[in-house]
Amino acid sequence: MNIYTKTILHIYESKITKKNMMNDHLEVDLKELRETFNSGKTKESSWRIKQLRGLLRILEDREDDISMALKQDLGKHHVEAYRDEIGTVVKSLNNALDNLKHWMAAKKTRLPIAAFPSSASLVPEPLGVVLIISSWNFPIGLSLEPLIGALAAGNAVILKPSELAPTCSSFLAETIRDYLDNSAIKVIEGGSDLGSTRVGRVVMSAAAQHLTPVTLELGGKCPAVVDSFSSSRENNITAKRIVWGKYGLCAGQACIGIDYVLTEKKYLPNLVESLKRYIKQCYGDDPNGSHSISKIVNKKHFSRLKSLLDEPMVKSSVVYGGVLDEESLFIEPTILVDPPLDSAIMTEEIFGPLLPIITLENIEDSINFIKARPNPLALYAFTENENLQKRLVSETSSGSLMFNDAILQYVVDALPFGGVGGSGFGRYHGKFSFDNFSHEKAVIMRGFLVDFWFRYPPWTTQKLQLLKAGLRYDYLGLVLIALGLKSKA
Amino acid sequence: MLVHDNFHTRYPTNHSSSHRHHRSICLQTHASINRSILTTTMASEDSTAPAVFDTDAANCLTKELRSTFLAGKTKSYEWRSSQLKSLLKMLDDCEKQICDALFSDLAKPEMEAYIHEIAMIKSSCKVALKKLKDWMKPEKAKTNLGTFPSSAEIVPEPLGVVLVISAWNYPLLLSVDPVIGAIAAGNAVVLKPSELAPAMSSLLAKLLGKYLDNSAIKVVEGAVNETSVLLEQKWDKIFYTGNGRVARIVMAAAAKNLTPVVLELGGKSPVLVDSNIDLAVTSRRIVGGKWGTNNGQACVGPDYIITTKQYAPVLIDSLKHNLVKFFGEDPMNSPDISRIGHDRHFARLKKLLDDDKISGKIIHGGQTDKSSLKIAPTIVLDAPEDSLMMSEEIFGPLLPIVTVEKIEDGIEFINSRPKPLAAYLFTNNKQLKEAFVSSVSAGGVVINDVTLHLMVDTLPFGGVGESGMGAYHGKFSFDAFSHKKAVLYRSFYGDAPARYPPYTPGKLRLLKALLDGSLFGIIRALFGFS
Repeated sequence: MNIYTKTILHIYESKITKKNMMNDHLEVDLKELRETFNSGKTKESSWRIKQLRGLLRILEDREDDISMALKQDLGKHHVEAYRDEIGTVVKSLNNALDNLKHWMAAKKTRLPIAAFPSSASLVPEPLGVVLIISSWNFPIGLSLEPLIGALAAGNAVILKPSELAPTCSSFLAETIRDYLDNSAIKVIEGGSDLGSTRVGRVVMSAAAQHLTPVTLELGGKCPAVVDSFSSSRENNITAKRIVWGKYGLCAGQACIGIDYVLTEKKYLPNLVESLKRYIKQCYGDDPNGSHSISKIVNKKHFSRLKSLLDEPMVKSSVVYGGVLDEESLFIEPTILVDPPLDSAIMTEEIFGPLLPIITLENIEDSINFIKARPNPLALYAFTENENLQKRLVSETSSGSLMFNDAILQYVVDALPFGGVGGSGFGRYHGKFSFDNFSHEKAVIMRGFLVDFWFRYPPWTTQKLQLLKAGLRYDYLGLVLIALGLKSKA
Repeated sequence: MLVHDNFHTRYPTNHSSSHRHHRSICLQTHASINRSILTTTMASEDSTAPAVFDTDAANCLTKELRSTFLAGKTKSYEWRSSQLKSLLKMLDDCEKQICDALFSDLAKPEMEAYIHEIAMIKSSCKVALKKLKDWMKPEKAKTNLGTFPSSAEIVPEPLGVVLVISAWNYPLLLSVDPVIGAIAAGNAVVLKPSELAPAMSSLLAKLLGKYLDNSAIKVVEGAVNETSVLLEQKWDKIFYTGNGRVARIVMAAAAKNLTPVVLELGGKSPVLVDSNIDLAVTSRRIVGGKWGTNNGQACVGPDYIITTKQYAPVLIDSLKHNLVKFFGEDPMNSPDISRIGHDRHFARLKKLLDDDKISGKIIHGGQTDKSSLKIAPTIVLDAPEDSLMMSEEIFGPLLPIVTVEKIEDGIEFINSRPKPLAAYLFTNNKQLKEAFVSSVSAGGVVINDVTLHLMVDTLPFGGVGESGMGAYHGKFSFDAFSHKKAVLYRSFYGDAPARYPPYTPGKLRLLKALLDGSLFGIIRALFGFS
């Protein structure tokens, strides 16, 4: 892998090998990008604004083409496509355009009096040439969100979309070429299979050779702790939001989608009934024909999900759904109750429309359950119990934590989006995107007027005492020592 | 070498006689230790003691720290502030021992030891104690109209068990400063001080063992083997201070566990000197910054000067004048200047001096004395770009001066090279200042002084490109060792049916408006328009 100044990686099965990355044009492309960056063009605010507006135009002019590409690659309904991949990106673009000037401005910082007279500020500057490797499940959204940050911060960019969503990949290659500045932003297509969790390691190891900083947006099993509420209205909305948070985004193939549910044994029957009811309400009696649920991305993932269900003890834990159609890569919204904790479906990230429900004696047991497992990208908790809420905030660790709903943290510009531990590191969205692709340079301006003579050798006891007093802001002591009226600070 | 913490694990009440015995062996040996002899001596004198820090020992170590962390002990404000208070007490109580160790390792003058290490670390500790409550508080975040009604906050939490690998040139500061950040953020931490500053390494092992909570904070001494063994473990963050070559090894090891890193590296920090300056002050600041700061062995020390051909002679005269003023006519014997850190480093610097490419260009100094590990303050004029001195970070008392036709060419010269940790400019010219700040990329930039930004805890201290990634000091230290968790509270009142399938055009219109955040748009959509 060549020298990039920053790499951001979205993965769930992103595919890269050294061989495929080194296509004929890559070396030439990189050289051009570096020259463009060095010319200073991308640093101008007018250039950055132009590119961001260019992205807006792509989303406005070509909304239909995007919907079609997403339908083609993932069977997404165009409302889902708009909501998750166009609407969110438009929102982020507007947020960036509104705030760019403010983000780019140097920030004055407070200085301790001992440094007087000086002024200090933090100046954000672009890193240089950056690489974005994106994922297949939200192929437009997860390519463009980081791209917004990289461009807002003034970098030159190479974007490598996932080849598992080929229509979207070519769409991006074509529109970015046509709407944006080609001398600074390029799309590289292609790749070949490597496998999920290893890719983060491969990318970071390659980056280590060049000391390239990375942001890794990974996944994990995002649990939803489901407590019971005193009102049936809230129990119902909870069930509806869980159905939505599990099956409503790319058929469960979302890094922040609900992976599994934790609930109390005694509440299980009600929960399962509600879930079934809402699945029927959202997807009808024939979900395969409803077009309201995405398909599984490819045969490989389809087989993977099928094999999760095929494990004997798992198969018998299915209480709803379980219908699969390889032809149309369709898997019905499925619910399982208490599959074995050591089964693959409970140890690997599911990334599909299969929802295991694990029952506990007490809802508080969920905290230890979660703590015993790798930190997830998102943790959801449906509860009105304030004590449980507080305990979840302080005793568990996750990229994000959301109460009484799911997924929505993704659209809040002021919240950092990223993982911790096994779910990755680094963060973006809103200003965090800008910061992610910037270097915050510390700048101090001094004058020549005041120059403390006791800064310099040869060292004497008196100088030491003066410096000690100065560093303690003991100005009276400073004066007395200087006048020889005091000998020790 | 010794693993004091291993004893702590086995003998919780510590201070066993074999422990003291080992420590005395350590202190008796000199800076130029032969590690293999030490290990053999230890093994033969006490066969029950662990002679080597191996994978098993590392596994035990991280297991203990992880269970301390999971028990929640390090998360409380009380624990964090008690540790920081103990650290401050340690610095107060043991000032003399610290100065002695610094003198033993680096012949650091007491002033430098105090100002650049002890005072700075005390200040860092005090800032953390004062601000800790604030730093630990969740920060409210604004929510979008689309998620109304909701409230959001960002909650800082510790990462877990972290590793700090420190350097030899400021062995107290660069070990304890990151540890302060790790503790303030609520982590359990292992410190691996540099074996090239052995007196400080062993002093830190002893003092941190005595003053701090051993179940959460440990020191592992050692060299390459011990560091490699540590790097095989799974950490929640690795903080490394040192050079680019080892940084690549650290990051590659971190990659295996997807561990985030902070790398505080170095580079050639240039000083661009214009003729429009106060020469006396400039020259003092450069001489003080170069030779009065660990004798050039500082990551942000001025590495080389760029000035115009015309101004060079004037500047050089002034530098020579201040060199004599600060260090006397015989700097090799001045008590006010540090010596070279260790043998290997001395050999490397000698090689830079002996480089054919700079023969005849040494215009001041150049004397060396291997037995006392001293090299005189040396100035070299117009060393060629491909000379050793101009291609690697010097990290010593050699100052090359590069001359250019006009001062603006200096900016181009700097930008054609890897990004340094710091870049300095001396000038009264406003345009030159602006051009420098906007076009020179470096970790930090100081105009009309050198190294000062280190002392300002409201500024992040870190590199960019080859000079590193991540930053610390002040709140940035706390942030470096924290995860900022996004927390969103939703209510059940706003439940837009538009979210759920089956999808209809009406729902799409409403969603568009919701995402747009426009109240008017939402109202229109609700009424069926747009």
